[in-house]
Amino acid sequence: MKCIVAGGNVKVLGRAVHSLSRIGDEIYLEPTESGLSLRTVNSSRSAFASFLFAPLFFQLYEAGGAPPDRELFRCKVLMKSFLGVFRSLPSLEKTVGKCLILLKPQASRLVVQLHCKYGVTKTHNLAFQECERLQAVFDTQRCTSSLCAPARVLAEAVVHFPPTLAEVTLGTGPGGKISLRNYVEDEAEPSKTMVTELWLAKDEFEMVAVAPGSQITFCLKEFRGLLTFAEASNLPLTIHYDAPGRPAIFTLADAVLEVHLVLATLSDPESDLQPPTANGVSHLPAPSEDFTDDLESYMIAMETSAYEEASGVPPSPTFPLHTPHPAESDPEEEEEEEEEEEEGAVPGTPPHKKFRSLFFGSVLTPGGPGLAPTQEVLAEDSEEES
Amino acid sequence: MRFRAKIVDLACLNHFSRVINTIAKLAKTCTLRLTVSKLYFILSDKVANGGVSMWCELCQGNFFDEFQMEGVAAEHNEIYLELVPENLARALKTAQSAKAVKIKLTNKHCPCLRVAVELPSLSSSSRIVTHDIPVGVIPRRLWNDFREPNVPDFDVSIYLPVLKTMKSVVERMKNLSNSIVIEANLNGEMNLKIETDLVSVTTHFKDLGNPPWTSEDGCQSSAQDRDPESMAEARIDIKKLQQLLAGQQVNPTKALCNIVSKRIVHFILLHEDVSLQYFIPALA
Repeated sequence: MKCIVAGGNVKVLGRAVHSLSRIGDEIYLEPTESGLSLRTVNSSRSAFASFLFAPLFFQLYEAGGAPPDRELFRCKVLMKSFLGVFRSLPSLEKTVGKCLILLKPQASRLVVQLHCKYGVTKTHNLAFQECERLQAVFDTQRCTSSLCAPARVLAEAVVHFPPTLAEVTLGTGPGGKISLRNYVEDEAEPSKTMVTELWLAKDEFEMVAVAPGSQITFCLKEFRGLLTFAEASNLPLTIHYDAPGRPAIFTLADAVLEVHLVLATLSDPESDLQPPTANGVSHLPAPSEDFTDDLESYMIAMETSAYEEASGVPPSPTFPLHTPHPAESDPEEEEEEEEEEEEGAVPGTPPHKKFRSLFFGSVLTPGGPGLAPTQEVLAEDSEEES
Repeated sequence: MRFRAKIVDLACLNHFSRVINTIAKLAKTCTLRLTVSKLYFILSDKVANGGVSMWCELCQGNFFDEFQMEGVAAEHNEIYLELVPENLARALKTAQSAKAVKIKLTNKHCPCLRVAVELPSLSSSSRIVTHDIPVGVIPRRLWNDFREPNVPDFDVSIYLPVLKTMKSVVERMKNLSNSIVIEANLNGEMNLKIETDLVSVTTHFKDLGNPPWTSEDGCQSSAQDRDPESMAEARIDIKKLQQLLAGQQVNPTKALCNIVSKRIVHFILLHEDVSLQYFIPALA
């Protein structure tokens, strides 16, 4: 594989790598006929991102692979190493004129060479590993809801949440308003956690086609990475989502670039039966003047009980603790993955037991789909066609 | 019990945010006392705080365009709430370009201060961000714990040096020692001293000036009798002092401290519409 990125696109490539670095520890490079795809997945398999750069993005693009079999070579590199090449975006912009990525057959290193000002060339020889195709199973057509907004609107929305916030809930409200709310874990005491909620009017979005009363909860940390890229590239961001538990898909595209971020969402099978909670479910009132502030009766309750005891406070209803779904079907893949997940708890990503990494089923099995019968298929495996 | 307030002026909002930021740096949890005309942020001297206490008073009229408060009862027309000031600081942090900020006491699932920020947006309707900050309502029988502390019977009262200078001195000293000695006399001289096994460092300030205090009965005898050269000193936790100085974002109109030798140091920082008193006890 050989490709050359020139001029302003070097910074775009750099930003893409930064965005991917917020998600996973390894970057997968996959040259295809339709372009070079950079992908990553997080350790708990609850987030997947891919940046597909079309051949036109490059000054020179040779996917490689000698005829006749044209087998295209895939590899993965440690994110830390790859990011190291593109670490300083300002200096990329100021000094780098061209970036060459070269992988010769039988080579032991992936070469990333930056051609900089004043005749300086920086060559990075990165160790890589051959790998299977990394592909999340998802289909935006199957999502019941979608929204599209300028990246700036979403970035301005997300700024109200603390940088350490793990999960956020996106929901719909009356009047077509869209809400973003921080998600409070079941285990955290509802009476001690601050809840922040932001409402955006429908006309702030370029497109809103959402199922009324729908909402999903996803990890904010991984989303922020994509949002930074979107803001810098000034592209509108589309969010496709379905029922809670089904992955949410965030997409960005322009003539030479296609970006997908797939995030697992919190599943809540009892959401239909759940009475409105502190975290709201379907019928969140839009903010209005009539808050109920019935503190008189509360004060009476307080006066008659010790201050220290929380007993005077009416307990807030919380999300039901739902037991993790038993490992479905495909015993070897799922169980292995679940065991891996248990060990590698990553802060900032959703707790493993609550998020179903549906979309990583058995796609990683080498040599073909082999989906077990009861595994939910979100999209037909396209590997057979190519 | 009701409380609603609204800030529309950006300068007032900015000012209020700065006060909250200062309080957030000084106390993890504190008490907010609301009366018809004033707000107080109070930290009472419990062992958990390391014995420090704080009393911060603001006139609501200087900040809020609307302010309505109804206390627990007509003859006790006040509200005492326990809250985490950092939450309030965070809520106000991203409100700096707001059209309006409304604060309201609500009790939907648990008592909360609901901060609703109306932000300008390009669309027809504004963006609204609400922050529900959980608060604890403090019952009337505990209100006595939060009375205004008396000015102690101090040995020396002196104006502080320029806070920025004092802060940078204390910050460097913090790296060397856990405790610092503040000593001052009625001649306007103050020394900040640290002493460890390896090193001792003293910073001398001169010509600071001593505030004229008149006691209520017009008697100044105790202060007048004192030898102006004689230093009153107290050894205090350096981190607490550093926190106090670091939290000041604006130069106060007046800044002074009262030292009770070997007992306590009482800091008073006065701005136009906010007064802050901070007590740091001497270490054993």
